[in-house]
Amino acid sequence: MSIKRRDFIIGAGGAVAATSVLGMPYIARAADKLKAAWILVGPSGDMGYSYQHDLGRLAVQKELGDRVETHKVESVPEGADCERVLTQLANQGYGLIFTTSFGYMDQTIKVAKNFPKVKFEHATGYKRSANVATYNIRFYEGRTVQGTLAGHLSKSGIVGYVGSIPIPEVIMGIDAFTLAFRKIRPDGKVKVIYVNGWFDPGKEADAAKALIDQGADIICQHTDSPAPVQTAEARGAWAFGQSSDMAKFGPTHCVTSNVDNWAPYYVERTKMVLDGSWKSTDTWGGLAAGMLSMPTFNSHVPAAAAADGMKAYNDVKSGARHPFDGPVVDKSGATKVAAGANMPDGQIAGLNWYVQGVEGDLRS
Amino acid sequence: MHELTAILVSMVLSATPLLLAASGELVTEKSGVLNLGVEGMMVVGAVVGFGVAFGTDSAIAGFAVAAIAGALMAALFAVLTLIFLANQVATGLALTIFGLGLSALMGKAYIGKTLPPVPHLHIPGISDIPLVGPLIFGENAMVYVSVAFVIAIAWYLSRTRSGLVLRSIGENHDAAHALGYPVRRIRFLAVLFGGAMSGLGGAYLSIVYTPLWTEGMTAGRGWIALALVVFSTWKPWRLLFGAYLFGFFSIAQLHAQGFAVPIAPEFLSMLPYLATILVLVIISRDAKRIRLNAPAALGKAFRATA
Repeated sequence: MSIKRRDFIIGAGGAVAATSVLGMPYIARAADKLKAAWILVGPSGDMGYSYQHDLGRLAVQKELGDRVETHKVESVPEGADCERVLTQLANQGYGLIFTTSFGYMDQTIKVAKNFPKVKFEHATGYKRSANVATYNIRFYEGRTVQGTLAGHLSKSGIVGYVGSIPIPEVIMGIDAFTLAFRKIRPDGKVKVIYVNGWFDPGKEADAAKALIDQGADIICQHTDSPAPVQTAEARGAWAFGQSSDMAKFGPTHCVTSNVDNWAPYYVERTKMVLDGSWKSTDTWGGLAAGMLSMPTFNSHVPAAAAADGMKAYNDVKSGARHPFDGPVVDKSGATKVAAGANMPDGQIAGLNWYVQGVEGDLRS
Repeated sequence: MHELTAILVSMVLSATPLLLAASGELVTEKSGVLNLGVEGMMVVGAVVGFGVAFGTDSAIAGFAVAAIAGALMAALFAVLTLIFLANQVATGLALTIFGLGLSALMGKAYIGKTLPPVPHLHIPGISDIPLVGPLIFGENAMVYVSVAFVIAIAWYLSRTRSGLVLRSIGENHDAAHALGYPVRRIRFLAVLFGGAMSGLGGAYLSIVYTPLWTEGMTAGRGWIALALVVFSTWKPWRLLFGAYLFGFFSIAQLHAQGFAVPIAPEFLSMLPYLATILVLVIISRDAKRIRLNAPAALGKAFRATA
């Protein structure tokens, strides 16, 4: 019961945000002024995923100034609600709409069909059409660096991983982390707890506590709030931040963070719409493209660990090391990627199995 | 043993904000007013509590001002529903939406800030006894405060004259009015108390539980608190039990995942809701007694007649 009510409220919040879009007095604008909107899955002040998208929006506004008018709609639930918000925005004359969460995929495709002149950009999805482009960050590249650092830092050999929901986006991070971790610690174990959502600081902290109670001395997260980092700091475990630089929440124990940098992509794509060169494309950039960055390692990290972490960073960035370089073996012992080969992008994007070293099984 | 201690200690910590908010709402509802704005009052309490604790370096000041802020939100609700006789359900929902927006606005300056951890009780020797030590003698102050409130509320409602008057107003406001009791004033105070307790519950999240501020950080706990009040059939002791039961399953399912129990995480996430509702429904399966215990005038507007 409470879940439904909660969803209703989040929905109502989205509706309020959407109405504020509708409620704006209509002013005739010069034809060359582009209205661009961002649909966010959480509050833009989550200090994590949605916050980074909003920084990208602000960068577009700053860079292109009078030529664009940007707007955000926050905390829009994935699923049917998104369809309504998208339709309203398209009807309001928005020419470019970024839908920033995986769960908006089908709605984006559906609404885009009704508004062929509006350009849609869907983050982290795989469905495209003439006016729907997709874009994503190779977050898993950062996991290789994190796994390498964790391999040096862990004393217990147990890593706790706070996951959101078991989808390929999350699983590829767990697998990439574990592969790198076990290169240094062949006996290492990775325990995963899913909190079944992207944002609930209390629950994320609970999960981190449970993992530390079970012997983990490294906390990794694929959720949006800084609570796991803060919990790890309080309990003396190392942690890796997610989406934003979370060093503030773990001054002595936040090793580094996977920082999303959407700004260059957003600026580039908005310019393309303005000059008419926009096309539906699929972008998947990582460290090399500057879409993923990692702040300087914590000064408390021992020099040898930091040096090896830095090497992993440089190798992945330059392409010398592939996060899924063979041999990659799944939990049943079956070889998924042969020695000497790298996992192709298509296979990474659809990962739905764990590599050896991850505790538990995924059921389909 | 170590595992069990860890689960039980975390259970108490995670149940405390629910208990604070729900016990306040219980008093409000016992007076016959249904305030669905718990989530909104909590989240405002969270941001105000964090801001004050951050500015003054005093967690106690944070909690005190958060309680006032929660009560102010509740006062808004009370004015609309008790004086202007607005619909309680709609006003409560509006209060939640308003609270979420207001807190986001107020919290802009605090995003990315943190507070130092709040100390836990430690009595040398006693707090180190396995299981009982950390569980009963090693919690933070608010845990004891929340339990003390439940005891005080149980005593107040069942053992004092004033509590009897409050309950009678919740049962039949016209009869209470005819007897000369100030229906509106008592309900106003009950609503304020509920708001103050929600404010404390929110501040517990932002000052003790995860000492930081992020928008919407209550993440639906206000709704769970509301549900607990109903499922505990408006009984304080059952509320205490229900909150800890919910806390237990919330934490136990996380530990089960950590131990790689072969059950889908989606199902495990559902467990706290399922188990709490099931157990509380079984305890109070006698429908007649629930009806007897539910405040008969709950949610009904009171118009004073001569």
